[in-house]
Amino acid sequence: MNPLLSVEDLMVEFRVSGAIFRAPDGVSFQIMEDECVGLVGESGSGKSVTALAIMGLVPKTQGRIVGGRILFEGQDLTKIIKYLRGTKISMVFQNPLNSLNPNMKIGRQLSEVLEQHYGMSYADAIVRVVEVMKQLGIPEPEKMVERYPFEYSGGMRQRAMIAMAMLCNPKLLIADEPTTALDVTIQAQIIQLFKQLKNQSRTSILFISHDLSVVSQIADRVVVMYAGKVCEISPVRKIFDKPLHPYTEGLISSIVDMKQRKTKLKSIEGNVPSLIDPPTGCRFHPRCSRKMQICSQKEPGFFSKDDRLVKCWLYEGVGK
Amino acid sequence: MARYVARRLVQVIPTLFFVILTVFLIMKMIPGDPAEVLLGPQARAEDIARFRQQLGLDKPVLIQFIMYLKRVLTGDLGRSLIYRQDVLSLILERLPTTVTLSLCALFIAIVIGIPSGIIAAMKRNSLLDLLVTVLALVGISIPIFWFGMVLIILFSLQLGWLPAVGLGDPSKGLWDIVSHFILPSLALGILSTGTIARFTRSSMLEVLNQDYIRTAYAKGLKKSLILYRHALRNALIPVITVIGLQLGNLLAGAVLTETVFALPGLGKLMVDGIFRRDYMLVQGEVLFTAVIYIFVNLVVDIAYAFINPKIRQSYRSV
Repeated sequence: MNPLLSVEDLMVEFRVSGAIFRAPDGVSFQIMEDECVGLVGESGSGKSVTALAIMGLVPKTQGRIVGGRILFEGQDLTKIIKYLRGTKISMVFQNPLNSLNPNMKIGRQLSEVLEQHYGMSYADAIVRVVEVMKQLGIPEPEKMVERYPFEYSGGMRQRAMIAMAMLCNPKLLIADEPTTALDVTIQAQIIQLFKQLKNQSRTSILFISHDLSVVSQIADRVVVMYAGKVCEISPVRKIFDKPLHPYTEGLISSIVDMKQRKTKLKSIEGNVPSLIDPPTGCRFHPRCSRKMQICSQKEPGFFSKDDRLVKCWLYEGVGK
Repeated sequence: MARYVARRLVQVIPTLFFVILTVFLIMKMIPGDPAEVLLGPQARAEDIARFRQQLGLDKPVLIQFIMYLKRVLTGDLGRSLIYRQDVLSLILERLPTTVTLSLCALFIAIVIGIPSGIIAAMKRNSLLDLLVTVLALVGISIPIFWFGMVLIILFSLQLGWLPAVGLGDPSKGLWDIVSHFILPSLALGILSTGTIARFTRSSMLEVLNQDYIRTAYAKGLKKSLILYRHALRNALIPVITVIGLQLGNLLAGAVLTETVFALPGLGKLMVDGIFRRDYMLVQGEVLFTAVIYIFVNLVVDIAYAFINPKIRQSYRSV
């Protein structure tokens, strides 16, 4: 089966007050049709920029794509993205309050998508808007379309954002930390909503989060990123059973387990390295508990093990 | 919305009171006895005493204030001593000139300021942006009287395109009036043009960096639609407040402009009043200007509420 989206060796370069750094720095992964891929990593690992690069929305004044390519249904996405935004590929952002126009009614903000892409009139578009809002669990959508973002609760705003992204039944939905700005209870509802979307529509999802436990509830496969690079790609069940990369292992063991309250909360020693002057060899080696001599000298390539990929010298020679 | 307007109107009352009080106290604080000043150095002591009595200056300050308040509230701003006419009727006579001048200047400021601010923001860090930013700064820094004189020298004396001074003659047709207002409006408008351009630029830049603009791009909207419907509408909301406040500055600037271009407006009246120590006239004019300022602010606030749904909705009848 051909992948719907294929990101190959993607590099985005930023210049911030003279310093240059890359995040993502050579990132590759694929999304199949009808698949949900979770992209996990700490803040600053390059997850959001990867999403923006796919959408062609990296702010020109700050960064630019300097290497690699992005293919959508086999075509160079950077050339065609401007025709696909909102229809075939859409995006949900982290903070729904800031991501909605404060001075425009929600209904209008949604209907303009249909007006733009299908040339519908407002009257026709709003019927479809109400329908999608209802599907996504917004109560009394006929009334809610007349309201402004500040009159919505946080959870409802994110539902409206998701409705906006789903209006044209996109092939790919990118969700960048869609639950991070929400209360825990609302977070659970939104995760539930994504599960429902995944089961009911044919839309592929790229779900970005710093929280592996959130991603594990939705994703089929997980891509783990660290300091601008991918360190492990694995089906979601296997990654919890047996994480391969020491970083993934650290992420999983630092998930709070409510049943074992007495044990001290685990964390990964050290800090995320500066991307302006990244460590040599494997970028995780300064914090790695299982580092070897080679780790600081040479960057590992991908080693495959069954249907998993891992970028760590520990697995050299394992598999093929 | 009606509740909001009503509330804002009630708030005007204490403001007005304090304005009247301030104007009264300022006139009290000016050194020298107005009666002595008005009657001149040759006046006899008993004439001064009688005049003081006439003006009520012999009574305690509090009583004087209450008397003043009573007169002001009935629309009596006193009599001008040099023109021998009611101050209010003098002001109303001169008002149309100043209002025309201020509105023309504001019009110029808006028509030039807003588009150049938008262009500068959209072409950020370009040569065009630099040009707009520098010109705006020049516009804000140039003294009105100097710029006015430069305009006169260039367009009236050198090129002879436009008249230098005066109001124009209605019998010579509309163009005669319009041509007399072009240079003064330019001179007066340049300050506000700079302010509005700079403010529009920064407001637009701020909005363009907002997340909802990114959302609009992610929705696949056309760029023109994003700029107009999403960016500009939001960016202009704070600009409207600044434009309103400019009206106050323009009234102040009119004093200089009318003097340079010899236009018989409120500003010229004020300057004449000051030079000729027409105490009643100055007092009346200061108060009148302050009141205009308060009402302009009121209108701006109401307009702001009208375009900002957050304020509008929070006062929606419950």
